[in-house]
Amino acid sequence: MTVSDTDAERLPIALRTEALESILVERGLVDPKVMDGFIKNYEENVGPMNGAKVVAKAWVDPEYKARLLAEGTSAIAELGFKGPQGEHIVVLEQTPGTHHVVCCTLCSCYPWPVLGLPPAWYKDPAYRSRMVREPRKLLSEMGLDLADDVDVQVWDSVSEVRDMVLPERPAGTEDLAEEELAALVTRDAMVGVAKVAPPS
Amino acid sequence: MDTVADMGGMQNFGSVSLTPPDDPPFHEEWERRAFAMALLSMRLSGTNLNSFRHALDRQHPIDYFAFGYYGRWLKMAENLLTDSSIIAPGAVEARARRLRGEDVDEPPPPEPNKPDYAPTAAGSIRQVDHPPKFAVGERVRARDIHPPGHTRLTRYVRGRTGEVRMIQPAMVLPDTHAHFQGENPQYVYAVAFDSAELWGPDAEPFTLSIDLSESYLEAVA
Repeated sequence: MTVSDTDAERLPIALRTEALESILVERGLVDPKVMDGFIKNYEENVGPMNGAKVVAKAWVDPEYKARLLAEGTSAIAELGFKGPQGEHIVVLEQTPGTHHVVCCTLCSCYPWPVLGLPPAWYKDPAYRSRMVREPRKLLSEMGLDLADDVDVQVWDSVSEVRDMVLPERPAGTEDLAEEELAALVTRDAMVGVAKVAPPS
Repeated sequence: MDTVADMGGMQNFGSVSLTPPDDPPFHEEWERRAFAMALLSMRLSGTNLNSFRHALDRQHPIDYFAFGYYGRWLKMAENLLTDSSIIAPGAVEARARRLRGEDVDEPPPPEPNKPDYAPTAAGSIRQVDHPPKFAVGERVRARDIHPPGHTRLTRYVRGRTGEVRMIQPAMVLPDTHAHFQGENPQYVYAVAFDSAELWGPDAEPFTLSIDLSESYLEAVA
């Protein structure tokens, strides 16, 4: 093997990060305020609450749902969600007989405009390695047991196409308004590792 | 390159634990800074998203795992900035040692040497003036090739036969774009593989779909 950084004394990664920022700021190459704004945007504005609005609208508006399944990117942009990692979004509809689940075996490709930055488990080597090989077993370990007759569809999103799952609307939500429905929708359901639970 | 980043189908990584729905994207301040600098490093180094990914993939396998997710991003930013001579080799280590009080010399900033390249448009989608080579429903084989540089053709589908499920927009080819050797825009196809074709007759029954560039595919006679 070639020499890795592991062979030398390993500097703490937080210190390494501070060192790089200090060099780039000193030379005027990055502005810490720009970085702050960038970080804040992904902590506060871009996250699964965006995707939840898309899902809730699709549940109450059949015409919107048809547009969403036909042309995901433009239908999602109708609600104002677009940007990096969202150039072309395909929406996959869960049905009683078909279950979709999304992964990225090569890195952590994820539809940022609708789901934000990926959670730790999505980036975990165990998730990346196993979802394309034993999805039923892995989903079961993650708390989702699928019946034997369900058609399991795994999507390895390794190009610039991004996939988002449209979960099934849970029973007992007929009287809920769109905003109340959005509050039920979780990130995990929009990746396909969970279902949307009925209101408790 | 066949690297450790290509994990599909590898075994022995253990179980996956779901995180709470409100789990924040960052857990430590340095992760926030590393994330932002990594994205900014693309512009600063005059590179692109594909070279960004390649700089993640080509880290030493021990580092790849030891640094963790945002640690890899930081190293990737350092690699892109060093490759384009925005920062000198060893500059980050020297600064880090000074920050913790050691008296070490820092290398002077080098003369920038960015790649001689400019994208023809923003993003990855491009218009091409020819029709897709393959049709929905057509049987195709993922080529059994081992590109020396960056690729998004995963090992676990190479040589396997599937069916075109969707024709996606034409996009730049990561394999050449990552190395500033041209955009080579081409259609991308969602190709569906039966699990038994990938993992043998004892595999769980399911369908695996993956987006593959046109030049990753060949027609099945």
